[in-house]
Amino acid sequence: MGTGETLREFTTLRFTTSGSVDDGKSTLIGRLLLDSKVLLEDQLAAVARTTARNGADGLDLSLFTDGLTAEREQGITIDVAWRYFATPRRRFIIADTPGHEQYTRNMVTGASTASLSIVLADAARGLATQTRRHAAIASLLAIPHVILAVNKMDLAGWSRERFDAIAGEFAGIARSLGLARVTAIPLSALEGDMVVSRGENLSWYAGPTLLEALEAASPVDPVTALRFPVQLVSRSRFGEKADRRAYLGRVESGTIAVGDTVVVRPSGVEAKVAEIVTLEGTLEAAGAGRSLSVVLDRQVDVARGDILTHRHDAPAVARRFTARLAWLDRDALVTGRRYWLKQGTKSVRATVDDVLHRLDLASLTPDASAQALEFNDLGLARLTVASPLAVDPYRANRHTGSFVLIDDATHRTVAGGMVEEVARD
Amino acid sequence: MSAVLAPAAGIGAAGDVLPHLDWLESEAIHILREVVAETTNPALLFSGGKDSIVMLRLAEKAFRPDRFPFPLVHIDTEHNFPEVVAFRDARAAELGERLVVRSVGESIRLGRVRLRSADESRNPHQTVTLLDTIREFGFDALFGGARRDEEKARAKERILSHRDETGQWDPRNQRPELWSLFNARLHKGEHLRVFPISNWTELDIWQYIAREELAVPRIYFAHEREVVERGGLLAPVTPLTPAHEGETVVTRRVRFRTVGDITCTCPVASDADTVEKIVAETAAATVTERGATRMDDQTSDASMELRKREGYF
Repeated sequence: MGTGETLREFTTLRFTTSGSVDDGKSTLIGRLLLDSKVLLEDQLAAVARTTARNGADGLDLSLFTDGLTAEREQGITIDVAWRYFATPRRRFIIADTPGHEQYTRNMVTGASTASLSIVLADAARGLATQTRRHAAIASLLAIPHVILAVNKMDLAGWSRERFDAIAGEFAGIARSLGLARVTAIPLSALEGDMVVSRGENLSWYAGPTLLEALEAASPVDPVTALRFPVQLVSRSRFGEKADRRAYLGRVESGTIAVGDTVVVRPSGVEAKVAEIVTLEGTLEAAGAGRSLSVVLDRQVDVARGDILTHRHDAPAVARRFTARLAWLDRDALVTGRRYWLKQGTKSVRATVDDVLHRLDLASLTPDASAQALEFNDLGLARLTVASPLAVDPYRANRHTGSFVLIDDATHRTVAGGMVEEVARD
Repeated sequence: MSAVLAPAAGIGAAGDVLPHLDWLESEAIHILREVVAETTNPALLFSGGKDSIVMLRLAEKAFRPDRFPFPLVHIDTEHNFPEVVAFRDARAAELGERLVVRSVGESIRLGRVRLRSADESRNPHQTVTLLDTIREFGFDALFGGARRDEEKARAKERILSHRDETGQWDPRNQRPELWSLFNARLHKGEHLRVFPISNWTELDIWQYIAREELAVPRIYFAHEREVVERGGLLAPVTPLTPAHEGETVVTRRVRFRTVGDITCTCPVASDADTVEKIVAETAAATVTERGATRMDDQTSDASMELRKREGYF
């Protein structure tokens, strides 16, 4: 890359990878990094040394992504590991999450910030229970785009029929889960075919390689409703006018512009945007993802935890709602107990009133007889919060529809929540 | 500065995607503000190195025109390059922010740190001084400039990393971090290490320094320096790190990619004497930042993880 290339403005795609223990996920990421030529000499040398120490020849590609001592000993990934790489077309952030059954928690964590999910399947063995679970998590977390990577095509005789059968079966699962965009790609992480280069063994396949699909995927969040959760209120010597307050935060979705009438949720107070301020100066308008300060045209009561929004698409304000929960802690959910709930920039006391169902992760069918949720369970529950929250259904907005539950005794993050239905008070 | 480096003007339409550096910048500002809102006594680690220089710029973006809601803290091994220490003091003064310096040398004189040999690197011993400083001031959150692309153990670190009352990190028991909802709740005596630039790479840092026109210590740029070749690295020859017997001292054109402790930081051969040339060189680099420069990470594959468990940065 020359200087001109490196200074070009890139967009970033965050994606997650999930696979069963032997699907070759680590090898696939290793292949993607190796053939994209982003691995450096000392990294290659370290992997060559370890490969030789393990008694094998060449490069064991799976070693590039093994991070901590414990997992190097076990030979499996035990946590979310973040990887960074760039091609001349785009920057990528990979949330590399384990496929092992007991680590639903890490998969949910990695998926929460992803715009795309790569689900791995083994061409020789077909779709595993865990492949379905990974697809279910992509659907639950509302990841807009899923790539089904049918790996180990070398062990399936590079068979088009085999690929079509697996892709067809997955399409049925995707339909039932409501996954809108699915791209199925046959590949071999070990041999390299269709990962970065097309190779010679899959000439019957006309679709994109894995890297081409990643470079073409849209990271755009199509949500247009303004959500500006206030993080901090600055009262001191802002600008030259005394006693003017600035509201510090990040535009989570939609656009804010000078002159807009904004509604403060949950209070319902209205004001006009007088200024949008950054260190570089003022802006006329700003879109999703941008951190800035907002000054309003009149003195209104706004605090951390409030959300600035537009009247025509303001979120519901409610104390009761149903939500999908991913239980992430070894201590099981206790209904009726108080937890801290953090949504946007607001923390409130909350109770889980009852569990409506627990998802059977093998059959992906709801079990309505469940009374509680345990470590790594997914389910649907009814919640009540102590003071009104401005919330959206998660499907409508991943920012204002998501929350975490925090145990008030251990302070551990015990659940990730996705608002399903809001009860209008 | 070329036009493509300028920050994008206010993006209008919803659905537009923020360019990479703007996205990283906004994410870091968001994290700084969240942690300031949810903790009572944070501090920002500032060494004068490039990552912490970027952190100061992000703090300006997050909090100006107000003062920073935290002091700057440096844990000084007393084996830092004089140019970097001078830069540290000048930058803190220029910003008008409070700088707290605590030294490993003082910890040694007090007997809190005992070196196995006089020429042992002080770098791992910063942990003792750091934890003592946290206790002295009662800090409950420390902002640091560590990046996940630096090292394998760092790749698994959370953005908010919880430390128990002894300052230890338990990689098997980290708080899950979903969406951008950070859990900053603490029991008495515990603290957080917070890494707002977790998602930045070395190239992002240099592109941001170029875009924001940030000053950095001179030793980041190519200069003539006396070095010896040792273990595949170029070791600087200084009063603290004289040449070993039998080594030949040569003068080479070099620059530093990191500016840590003199005893374990090596320069790389380079002609890059401007930020733009460093950006180009970083994009074309064939060896990782730590692999090219750090003697302390070469002892074993897992040496960073072991230091982190004990409370290192």
